[in-house]
Amino acid sequence: MDADSLLLSLELASGSGQGLSPDRRASLLTSLMLVKRDYRYDRVLFWGRILGLVADYYIAQGLSEDQLAPRKTLYRGAPLLSPQVQIKEETRLVSVIEQIDKAVAIIPRGALFKTPFGPTHVNRTFEGLSLSEAKKLSSYFHFREPVELKNKTLLEKADLDPSLDFMDSLEHDIPKGSWSIQMERGNALVVLRSLLWPGLTFYHAPHTKNYGYIYVGTGEKNMDLPFML
Amino acid sequence: MEDSTSPKQEKENQEELGETRRPWEGKTAASPQYSEPESSEPLEAKQGPETGRQSRSSRPWSPQSRAKTPLGGPAGPETSSPAPVSPREPSSSPSPLAPARQDLAAPPQSDRTTSVIPEAGTPYPDPLKQSSDKRESTPHHTSQSEGNTFQQSQQPKPHLCGRRDVSYNNAKQKELRFDVFQEEDSNSDYDLQQPAPGGSEVAPSMLEITIQNAKAYLLKTSSNSGFNLYDHLSNMLTKILNERPENAVDIFENISQDVKMAHFSKKFDALQNENELLPTYEIAEKQKALFLQGHLEGVDQELEDEIAENALPNVMESAFYFEQAGVGLGTDETYRIFLALKQLTDTHPIQRCRFWGKILGLEMNYVVAEVEFREGEDEEEVEEEDVAEERDNGESEAHEDEEDELPKSFYKAPQAIPKEESRTGANKYVYFVCNEPGRPWVKLPPVIPAQIVIARKIKKFFTGRLDAPIISYPPFPGNESNYLRAQIARISAGTHVSPLGFYQFGEEEGEEEEEAEEIQNIPPWTTRLSSNLIPQYAIAVLQSNLWPGAYAFSNGKKFENFYIGWGHKYSPDNYTPPVPPPVYQEYPSGPEITEMDDPSVEEEQAFRAAQEAVLLAAENEESEEDEDEEDDYD
Repeated sequence: MDADSLLLSLELASGSGQGLSPDRRASLLTSLMLVKRDYRYDRVLFWGRILGLVADYYIAQGLSEDQLAPRKTLYRGAPLLSPQVQIKEETRLVSVIEQIDKAVAIIPRGALFKTPFGPTHVNRTFEGLSLSEAKKLSSYFHFREPVELKNKTLLEKADLDPSLDFMDSLEHDIPKGSWSIQMERGNALVVLRSLLWPGLTFYHAPHTKNYGYIYVGTGEKNMDLPFML
Repeated sequence: MEDSTSPKQEKENQEELGETRRPWEGKTAASPQYSEPESSEPLEAKQGPETGRQSRSSRPWSPQSRAKTPLGGPAGPETSSPAPVSPREPSSSPSPLAPARQDLAAPPQSDRTTSVIPEAGTPYPDPLKQSSDKRESTPHHTSQSEGNTFQQSQQPKPHLCGRRDVSYNNAKQKELRFDVFQEEDSNSDYDLQQPAPGGSEVAPSMLEITIQNAKAYLLKTSSNSGFNLYDHLSNMLTKILNERPENAVDIFENISQDVKMAHFSKKFDALQNENELLPTYEIAEKQKALFLQGHLEGVDQELEDEIAENALPNVMESAFYFEQAGVGLGTDETYRIFLALKQLTDTHPIQRCRFWGKILGLEMNYVVAEVEFREGEDEEEVEEEDVAEERDNGESEAHEDEEDELPKSFYKAPQAIPKEESRTGANKYVYFVCNEPGRPWVKLPPVIPAQIVIARKIKKFFTGRLDAPIISYPPFPGNESNYLRAQIARISAGTHVSPLGFYQFGEEEGEEEEEAEEIQNIPPWTTRLSSNLIPQYAIAVLQSNLWPGAYAFSNGKKFENFYIGWGHKYSPDNYTPPVPPPVYQEYPSGPEITEMDDPSVEEEQAFRAAQEAVLLAAENEESEEDEDEEDDYD
């Protein structure tokens, strides 16, 4: 979620139960601002919190102008070197974050658009999804380079709008049903939760520009998903 | 500078190309033609041919060349050169051509170049933009008409004016909505006349077609709103020029939206939006009822207050403490739950009640309240069939026929563990769930041990509907409400802790039983302080590792447990469904039911022969009998 709207976003994502304590919130706000300034990022996202045995990692990501460019990830927390495992905890942390991002970082359709020159930009005229769109999985895209787009048939591609539909949608995620869509507060908020990576919550208030995702969890994939559906 | 001016200079370049090359370099007429379509198709910013000219054109753009010289003058001597430019006139803004031509006509005339300050080339692939960039000449004119004030604010305006111009020019229309453009008009007319239509005759038709296409595209009505781009742009520019906002280019998109909205007559679109908003209103109504309820019962409250206070927990206070730990739902959701709990306590005779937590589901979530009924006022329990006992014994039909009685089956259903007495053990508390605060509370059925046993073996997500079946192996005896209850029981048993010494008498909950239950060296609980910065007010928070999502906090005097999560236990190994048991040997295998081998051929023949022999003997006897009977008749 965007550092600028951190407080609001946390409130909206609180349905999953994991949030931030007030002192963490306050300190995060400040530090995210500083990070943005120091590294000159276009946007800084608070990615989430990975729970550890002893302490937690707080992760932030910085985005440059081109939204799809690889992001820099920053973390803060107690590096705990587990004596048994050979891998450094930091490496493991980075790989987990990357896995999660690749798998389940999502964004509503229309929030970014692609210019013919290549870089993607935040769409300032994005007014939010409508309610009917918000309930469909196809209105959300993976926030990463498209993998499946090329495999689509020409017929399907004809319907796509190349400036908006340049990422994979969630519809074809395997296993089917690995996302749970819920409307909260009546229809004022749509929340998507990933079942594959439990702890990833995406929220969006339809007809507004508010959206974001946050991961709070132990950083483990739910391999039992097919049994659980 | 190069880059920013390049699009603008394209035009000039083209013009330059057309003009200069013809007289000087004797290029074929093809070249102006080549460049002309370019100008008319602003989308293709062909910089190639023009790059060479860049250096040339850069000169004309020197800022010194403020448009001070009257247009008429320089235009005069250019009668000769504009020839190839004329065809381009219609496609490009006439005005820039004029000064451009002036530039082109002779390098010395570069001073006269429109002073247009090159627009910083914005990267937006605006089809209009490129031509508009060449429109700097317009301010050239406008400034003349309006004085220097225009020049100051040239940056945004020329850009826009240029845009306007482009559309105009593309449309081949000379209608000008702005007075400032009158001059251009005249100039363009002037320019038109000047160049002899000698140049490219082949190009105009292509050019015209392109122009028609472009204009048709601009005039195309949008299917959503009934606008077309053409009108919209002209309206926008009108508005901008009327209002003259600061930094108009930065808020251009907003201006566009405002213009659109102003035109859109807002019909009360009752039909469309209602479907979507209905659920919102519905839930709002329900929650309003929650809020109102407090008011209505205000009078009786004093009486019930004593009891109510005992029963109703201070959810907000607990929520506050949990928030310190970073756990919890948002504030107003918690408050709504609080109100819903209050409603629950008011409608049921409850002794003690606690907000147990929230279990997430696929379609809907469950808000769970743990409730203890008052003595003797418990509600009737629904008799539950012991599903475990209902395995069928009946299918033990014998395979082979020759048996008289069915062999007794060995199979005995495992003894059903008797249900625990209500309000003791696992059924000490009664649980109520609701999907969302405001919806009615549903009581969960008490749990039976068989359910808990099987719940340990399966792992399923909750859908959010209490009547959903649980399809699993081993088959779960019950539907989602039973599974939910079983999981709640397990979680409660596994995670309800209290500080040592809290309970005086040795209840099971008094101590942390999970000390022994470690999994792979991960301690069952993680403790931490809520805040490192202000330790004197920090509270101790426990986070369960066995049941991710279970938390407990304590601050010396108060303690509380809470669960929020999917409702599953943590296991580092992956879940594997249990293997079906081996095929059960149901019947004693004895000679009665064992299949006999089919007789071989020899045996059959021997048998048949023997039978025939018997038959013959029997027939002989019968015939004898018949004869006897006949004799009798006689």
